[in-house]
Amino acid sequence: MADPGRVRRAFPGLSLRVRRQAIKNLEFEQRVMRNRVLVAGALVVLALGAVLARLFVLQVLEHEHFITLSKNNRVRLEAVPPPRGLMFDRNGTPLTENRPSYVLEITPASVDDLDRTLDRLRRIIDISDADVRRFRRALRRSSPYQPVPLAFNLSDEEVAAFAVHRHQFNGVDIDARLSRHYPMAGIAAHVIGYVGRIDERELARVDKSNYKGTTHIGKLGLERYYEDLLHGQVGYQQVEVNAQGRHLRVLERQPPVAGRDLVLAIDAGLQAVAESAMDGHSGAVVAIDPRTGDVLAMVSTPNYDPNLFVNGISKKDYAALRDDPEQPLFNRPLSGQYPPGSTVKPLMALAGLYYQVTWAGKTMYAGPYYQLRNDPRKYRDWKKTGHGEVNMYKAVAQSCDVYFYDLAYKLGIDRIHEFLSHFGLGRKTGIDTTGERRGLLPSREWKRAVHRQPWYPGETLIVGIGQGYMLATPLQLAVATATIANRGRRMQPRLVRAIRDPATGSEFPLPVREVDRVKLSNPLYWDQVIRSMEQVVHAKNGTAYWHIGRGLKYRMAGKTGTAQVFSLKEDEEYEADKLHRKLRDHALFVAFAPVEAPRIAVAVIVEHAGHGGAEAAPVARKVIDYWLLRRLHLGEKLAGRP
Amino acid sequence: MKGETGYDLYYLFRDLTRFLHIDVVLLLLLLTLAGAGLVILYSAGGENGQLMTNQLIRLGVALATMLVFAQISPEVLKRWSPWLYGLGVLLLIAVLVAGEMGKGAQRWLDLGVVRFQPSEMMKLVVPMMVSWYFADRPLPPSWRDLPVAGALALVPMLLIARQPDLGTALLVGSAGLFAIFFAGISWRILAGLGVAAVAAAPVLWHFMHDYQRQRVLTFLDPERDPLGAGYHIIQSKIAIGSGGWYGKGWLNGTQSQLDFLPERSTDFIFAVFGEEFGFVGAVLLLLLYLAIIFRGLWIAMHAQDTYGRLLGGSLSLTFFVYLFVNTGMVIGLLPVVGVPLPLVSYGGTSLVTLMAAFGMLMSIQSHRRLLAK
Repeated sequence: MADPGRVRRAFPGLSLRVRRQAIKNLEFEQRVMRNRVLVAGALVVLALGAVLARLFVLQVLEHEHFITLSKNNRVRLEAVPPPRGLMFDRNGTPLTENRPSYVLEITPASVDDLDRTLDRLRRIIDISDADVRRFRRALRRSSPYQPVPLAFNLSDEEVAAFAVHRHQFNGVDIDARLSRHYPMAGIAAHVIGYVGRIDERELARVDKSNYKGTTHIGKLGLERYYEDLLHGQVGYQQVEVNAQGRHLRVLERQPPVAGRDLVLAIDAGLQAVAESAMDGHSGAVVAIDPRTGDVLAMVSTPNYDPNLFVNGISKKDYAALRDDPEQPLFNRPLSGQYPPGSTVKPLMALAGLYYQVTWAGKTMYAGPYYQLRNDPRKYRDWKKTGHGEVNMYKAVAQSCDVYFYDLAYKLGIDRIHEFLSHFGLGRKTGIDTTGERRGLLPSREWKRAVHRQPWYPGETLIVGIGQGYMLATPLQLAVATATIANRGRRMQPRLVRAIRDPATGSEFPLPVREVDRVKLSNPLYWDQVIRSMEQVVHAKNGTAYWHIGRGLKYRMAGKTGTAQVFSLKEDEEYEADKLHRKLRDHALFVAFAPVEAPRIAVAVIVEHAGHGGAEAAPVARKVIDYWLLRRLHLGEKLAGRP
Repeated sequence: MKGETGYDLYYLFRDLTRFLHIDVVLLLLLLTLAGAGLVILYSAGGENGQLMTNQLIRLGVALATMLVFAQISPEVLKRWSPWLYGLGVLLLIAVLVAGEMGKGAQRWLDLGVVRFQPSEMMKLVVPMMVSWYFADRPLPPSWRDLPVAGALALVPMLLIARQPDLGTALLVGSAGLFAIFFAGISWRILAGLGVAAVAAAPVLWHFMHDYQRQRVLTFLDPERDPLGAGYHIIQSKIAIGSGGWYGKGWLNGTQSQLDFLPERSTDFIFAVFGEEFGFVGAVLLLLLYLAIIFRGLWIAMHAQDTYGRLLGGSLSLTFFVYLFVNTGMVIGLLPVVGVPLPLVSYGGTSLVTLMAAFGMLMSIQSHRRLLAK
């Protein structure tokens, strides 16, 4: 920036405009500034004088008035936390409870000798060393005038015992609160999630004023996803207190608005049946109503007791859960990403028909392995002798790998990626809870981006039998299966079907949403693929027939799958008993029923169990049996609900 | 020998402060105030160690910011002014358009790593810009300059008021107007503007948010909403009034310690001070503030160029507005506006901005000798 003064000195005869710009009377400016500063200073003094005068009035002249008010100041404004919304299964069975629970609290400022008080308290009430440690930690962080909780979940006897001795304990109180309880313990634990004590980070995320007085917040699952609805609106009360801050009576109350209840799509009975059908194995079961996307059951085994987390899990309990090799905290249906194995074959068959690279009746000879030109590698079939002449029906029913190597090769990875993505693979389904993962539907672009390598034709073959890079969550498999059952209409899976107002009891059903529709040029293709899946279960040569097909009272369409956990070298043979259990194949099974008008679609994965037909299919059958035979007969006839 | 060592130390200290461009008077006053602030915060925050640690860290960051700004010569500040101003206005618009919703008001801009409050930076940038505008023009400002300078102050102010953040808008707008005031706007125009402002009050009322109207109404009659907004004022008046001449003593204010007084470690911390240290304590605290304001004005008055004069004067008076609006609110002289007690209230954002302003004042004071006469 040019200094105008210097310009003026250098060029005395400069044009009028510049000279006019340049006239700055420095002395004048300094004089004006001095004046203005004096005026400003005077105004500042005047204003602060007004503040002082006001302070003088309040603190000196009206002191007596205010000291009286202060001494009589017994009215305190307190937040009243709203009761948390409850969750019910689709038939109204409660999945959560708000139990009254008694909390022993100490207000440090009102206690003379804290150590002695603690000792005496421990003689009448069961207080663990861990409780005392936690109490002392909390003590450091809070005001001495605020009550600090010492022990939770006091029994009625302890409350009574304390009441008798209460006069000996100044500053110790029992506060009744509502505490979250999960009556079914482990059942549906991963779906419901749990609440826990609010921490600093969570407090920063929510509206602080609405959480005044709230101690717990949803940490996981539906408890977290629907936190806003479940929490409700804080209320306030004017309380009369004595000089020590102890409540005398409530003067005025603006009641809190209770949180909304959730009506889940889950059927508690089905959920329990599915969990027991897993029979101690690790794995996942997802059952969906294909018509609505309602998730009827979503099981992750092993499970855990969410009640442990509500008031802070002990270090020992947490370590046991964390270090368990079966990972009970892992939410398998949503976070578990597995190779789908042969369960992907019906989708591949549909893709073959859609792109017209084959037709259902077309036969080919399937030997013991498949080979590409210019590629010495032998892509082996699971059946050492090969399947011989196969068409699509037989290929699905017997899970012929060679047929699908050939089909995948003819389709190419681009078309496979495009077609399968319409069934929801490779992206989140958007289900209404936390922890969902995307799975992986590989494509040329993906491989270039992630591995910086081109796509090799051999990899297409492996994708054709659901191995290689491909990964899917059990929920995605269930959704894809439901989409087949629905003949291309993909419904948005959902865990909550309605929101209930606890005050009026009125329910607001959430809308059923269709997210995608796969249109085939000939609707007959659906029938052909579904018929081939039916043969998996009902034909004598079907891979599931000998395990579940006999004595079925309805028609079921399904597909077995066996997902490799690690890959064998070309000439190695798979011998289950010689392998470490953790390296054994996962068993998968997807199915829907009844074929004529599907009401349930199921995906089952049993980790490290071996063959899908033998290990996963029976679980699916128990689940579907319960739903179609018992539930329909008992439930629908009684309640008249769909 | 002893004397000589003292002498050496004196020179060492003088050279060091000169080298760091520190104004010792201002620094000592600020540190005293911050110290008093920590003492009262310890009581107001319920003797919470975590709270104290947080505030100490923020104070450290703020002091470092002050030091950094003290190193930047007014020349550089002046050169930056228009660019910073343009950037600031763009950011304010960005906040309005894409700002994140928080507490029903949009103030923050999420830059991924940090959340940034552009309105806060405007407290410094607006007076810088207005000072820049007048710096090379003949003063007193001509009729043509006034609308431009006024717009420079009012545009960001209105953008901030839209957010809505009445407290910050007030501080930003007044900072710009102070610079115009020091530029030598004629008294007649000033009086005319005053009359216009009074006339505009009903219009302003029309554009106010419901909660802002509530605050004004509550200010006029606290008893009309004793459970809601009026509760603050009633309780803070009781706290201050019950303090008397000498106060109830540190950590002994029943109003604050028994939870009657809301927001006692942030906006209403002056009430805690008044309750625990009484009238005498409050007078001393206000004198400390007065000394800081006067030191700021003195620096501005002795600045070498127009830019430094206007900026320094404006920053000093803005500090005063902080003080006046906050104390006025706490003692029931002014409506409840979210302005913290400067350098005392718990919270980081305003602390850093204020210290940056004092860094600029130190820069104006310390760089003057380096300029050729």
